[in-house]
Amino acid sequence: MQATAAGAQRADARAWALVAVATATWIALYRTILPFWDWLVYGVIGLDPATRLGGAVHFFFYDVSKILLLLAGIVFVVTVLRSFLSVERTRALLGGRRAGLGTVLGALLGVATPFCSCSAVPAFIGFVAAGVPLSATMAFLIASPMVDVVAVTLLYGLFGWRLAALYVGAGLVVAIVAATLLGRLRLERFVEGFVFETQVRAGVDPSLGLGWADRFAIGRDEVGGILRRIWPFLLVGIGLGAAIHGWLPEDLFARIAGPDNPFAVPLAVLLGVPLYTNVVGVIPLVAALQAKGLAMGTLLAFMMSVVALSLPEMILLRRVLKPQLIAIFVAIVAAGIVGVGILFNAVL
Amino acid sequence: MNVKVLGSGCANCQRLAANVRLALDHAGMTAEVEKVEDIAAIMGYGVTATPALVVDERVLVSGRVPSPTQIAALLRGV
Repeated sequence: MQATAAGAQRADARAWALVAVATATWIALYRTILPFWDWLVYGVIGLDPATRLGGAVHFFFYDVSKILLLLAGIVFVVTVLRSFLSVERTRALLGGRRAGLGTVLGALLGVATPFCSCSAVPAFIGFVAAGVPLSATMAFLIASPMVDVVAVTLLYGLFGWRLAALYVGAGLVVAIVAATLLGRLRLERFVEGFVFETQVRAGVDPSLGLGWADRFAIGRDEVGGILRRIWPFLLVGIGLGAAIHGWLPEDLFARIAGPDNPFAVPLAVLLGVPLYTNVVGVIPLVAALQAKGLAMGTLLAFMMSVVALSLPEMILLRRVLKPQLIAIFVAIVAAGIVGVGILFNAVL
Repeated sequence: MNVKVLGSGCANCQRLAANVRLALDHAGMTAEVEKVEDIAAIMGYGVTATPALVVDERVLVSGRVPSPTQIAALLRGV
């Protein structure tokens, strides 16, 4: 055992050194991208920053490189931190809680736990078997996709930290309020019967026994996986955004979807439900639309409905929930999102 | 050796199954890789995060997809 412990220590030291080098490189890159694209687009290629083309080309390259760097850095840090939690541990933390505190905790853990909505079914059954109240389970399942690290990172990169923080706060509030309502309605009868009969053996906690080297490797793999999956959507989204930025009339949306139009928010939410495609392509697009007068609350509501209410997740959940409960679930979450959108339009 | 990949057919489960086959090749081992998609059977292993890797009825990994090298190390340890 002595030898393996020393080996693990050496691996951890090496991993920390690599992370330190990567962090320094990241900071250096983040500081040089703006002067670099200024130099290349305006200096070497000779485009004029005052023209539409010059502005759009610079916007495209600068935004793509900034967002990619932000995603790599933030996803890495979040994944390493999340590796200390697991669905297993969350289940133990939520088991036997009372509905009120459990619901709040469920939403918070939904954000913090490493979770893919493809595990929604086993997680749901596991939670029920561990005596987690339905409202806490629902809060977890709503908050987890809504407060998505990729979506929040894009909001931060394109709009700044205030809006990103607002989005996280609003997402948690929608999850807690919607889940509390779902809990009050006594909907347990709409949960498929076999869920309550399934035997769940004492679980294994995959977060145990990991060293720093393992956690950094998980973070690195996650960054690689996410970047490989999203880069085409990011390029298309920011490309369209750059075109809108340069060529669409300034007040296009101020007229049809400004803060004064009461139908804008519900319409945006309705549009967002079937659009589960890819939030990475959608956010740069709405960012460009926002500059053309689309109201901020409408925009946030649209994003929330894109990420929180997705058809594939509903189809998965159908295996454990009866259609009535899924319909009520969608209606309540959508109503919560509409409420948040209207509220933000009124205050922002 | 009995190797099972637990998960309801999502992309990550297929990646895990592929990595397990690569790991078996690496380690020069032969074993049948069985896919378990039945939710009750998955829950029977106490797994709440798929995909999961079960070797000789012991859960070695759940909720993530390790690389073939990492899986090979786990398989040798069994």
